[in-house]
Amino acid sequence: MKNPVMTASGTFGYGVEFADFVNLEDIGGIIVKGTTLQPREGNDYPRMVEMASGMLNCVGLQNKGVDYFCEHIYPEIKDIQTNMIVNVSGFSIDDYAECAARINALDNIPAIELNISCPNVKHGGMAFGVTPEGASAVVKAVREVYQKTLIVKLSPNVTSIADIALAVQDAGADAVSLINTIMGMVIDIEKRKPVLSIATGGMSGPAVKPVAVRCVWQVAKAVHIPIVGLGGIMTAEDAIEFFLAGASAIEIGTANFIDPTITVKVANGINDWLDRHGCKSVNEIVGQLDG
Amino acid sequence: MKKYVKDLMVAAVEFPHECYVLLKLTDSEPLPEMLPGQFVEVKVEGSPKTFLRRPISINYVDRENNQLWLLIKKVGEGTQKLAELKVGDKLNLVFPLGNGFSSVQEKGEKVLLVGGGVGVAPLLDYGKYLKDNGASPVFLLGARSKSDLLEQALFKAIAPVYVTTEDGSEGEKGFVTQHTLLEKERFDRISVCGPKPMMMSVARYAKATGTPCEVSLENMMACGLGACLCCVEKTVKGNVCVCKEGPVFDINDLTWNI
Ligand SMILES: Cc1cc2nc3c(=O)[nH]c(=O)nc-3n(C[C@H](O)[C@H](O)[C@H](O)COP(=O)(O)OP(=O)(O)OC[C@H]3O[C@@H](n4cnc5c(N)ncnc54)[C@H](O)[C@@H]3O)c2cc1C
Ligand SMILES: Cc1cc2nc3c(=O)[nH]c(=O)nc-3n(C[C@H](O)[C@H](O)[C@H](O)COP(=O)(O)O)c2cc1C
Ligand code: FES
Repeated sequence: MKNPVMTASGTFGYGVEFADFVNLEDIGGIIVKGTTLQPREGNDYPRMVEMASGMLNCVGLQNKGVDYFCEHIYPEIKDIQTNMIVNVSGFSIDDYAECAARINALDNIPAIELNISCPNVKHGGMAFGVTPEGASAVVKAVREVYQKTLIVKLSPNVTSIADIALAVQDAGADAVSLINTIMGMVIDIEKRKPVLSIATGGMSGPAVKPVAVRCVWQVAKAVHIPIVGLGGIMTAEDAIEFFLAGASAIEIGTANFIDPTITVKVANGINDWLDRHGCKSVNEIVGQLDG
Repeated sequence: MKKYVKDLMVAAVEFPHECYVLLKLTDSEPLPEMLPGQFVEVKVEGSPKTFLRRPISINYVDRENNQLWLLIKKVGEGTQKLAELKVGDKLNLVFPLGNGFSSVQEKGEKVLLVGGGVGVAPLLDYGKYLKDNGASPVFLLGARSKSDLLEQALFKAIAPVYVTTEDGSEGEKGFVTQHTLLEKERFDRISVCGPKPMMMSVARYAKATGTPCEVSLENMMACGLGACLCCVEKTVKGNVCVCKEGPVFDINDLTWNI
């Protein structure tokens, strides 16, 4: 990886949407929109609501399905010279495995991020992500058919994220990424109705950062595989917090909406910070909390 | 069309009405190509409650003075903050976004431009474009009362303007769809921007008279770039992003019950 900065799924499209603003090849990795075996229309509008220092969304995995991805989108992005990673979601173990197997066949996709943690679909990914047994079963099935780098994305909406991370590691994951959005709800008090079409949605943005840092720190103590940290990162300093908590790479999500050039700014800012602190690489600070 | 993220400088701040502000922005370089009906996403500084950028239509592009105009209605904290900007301040924009209104289809075509409230904003630029390119635009503008009618002199300098106000203080009393112009004349096509109920009633008129009609939608947006899929509208082709495939849609592509 050129640098430890990647884009979070669902916030950066397929990368090409941002090509006017940043050189995509200056980003360590681009994790594209959640992809499912079958096409999905997603949830009804309204799908987003703003809050102080963040937002909630309930997009609901709208995408054209993995076959469309392979035929029409992959050719458009396969020559972008960085790690193009596909975020895979599903509704059954077979769905996940089948989807992963089809992406395994694409030469220029070096990794997938398995989303077992989407809060915005009924009976969807999160059902697997909330118990160690469920998480383990999905990861095992995917591991059998998927030979490249397998990153598993974890939900913070659980009692013990470290237990899930351990189960996922034991089932064969190469890395974990966390956190996905935190389930929340906003009510329009005049209409006495939830603002979002499905009532609840996933919170993201700077408001969730302390929760994310805490999760990374807990998971880092439990597993030995690499951790990708995300949740509310807006600046290089935010990213450094994640490294110190135990992440060796990070993803930037909602911040892309505020500044479409944020990825490159954070990547440069991380280098500056490391220089100022006499460090040669991020590895020197991963998990290096004092005391 | 290439998109930019850029700090523009506030060259003028005008208050056509206590609830509105007109920001005239400029840059040291010539402003990029923009189409009428496209919009910008502005970053609001100094308002902790305003986290996301705010989508605002391109009101007018004054090439002579290298100015981009934004006509903004104060409805909440973000737009209030924008109204507090001073000459010389910087405003960060992501632009130009969206598809824009249809280009001229035929020389001399009669195009009715219907605007309500702050929805008149993009019609100024569009009307100018149509006139400059050989079409014959006609404006039909609606407002609550006379003082809510914005940029009237500028509209009149481009094309004939018909007006309705809800209280009858200017033009005909009532809503735009009740204007007698619609009974007397037929148009080659119609473009509308305004509150959704108004756009729906104009769409109904268009359908009844067999006139092609496009509307400019204002769904809530996050990225403005077609990346987050938050701003979708149901269409005959499924859910599509208003920020990218729109904001302008042919009414036949929407699933409105009209
Ligand atoms: C493509 C597009 C073009 C637009 N062009 C203009 C324009 O030229 N001039 C202008 O004044 N406004 C325009 N708007 C609407 C403008 O974006 C909102 O009024 C603004 O975001 C409100 O921000 P706020 O922080 O002041 O209000 P908030 O505190 O966020 O909200 C105040 C009230 O405004 C409503 N509101 C917020 N966002 C929107 C929205 N996107 N559409 C409708 N209602 C909204 C909220 O429901 C709430 O009731 C446009 C919107 C879109 C999507
Ligand atoms: C609009 C939107 C859509 C998202 N879609 C997905 C998705 O398809 N798959 C996924 O794993 N995460 C998705 N996420 C979650 C983000 O990838 C990320 O985990 C979360 O937003 C926290 O990071 P942030 O605070 O930097 O945005 C989405 C988030 C947002 C805001
Ligand atoms: S606002 Fe993100 S896709 Fe339209």
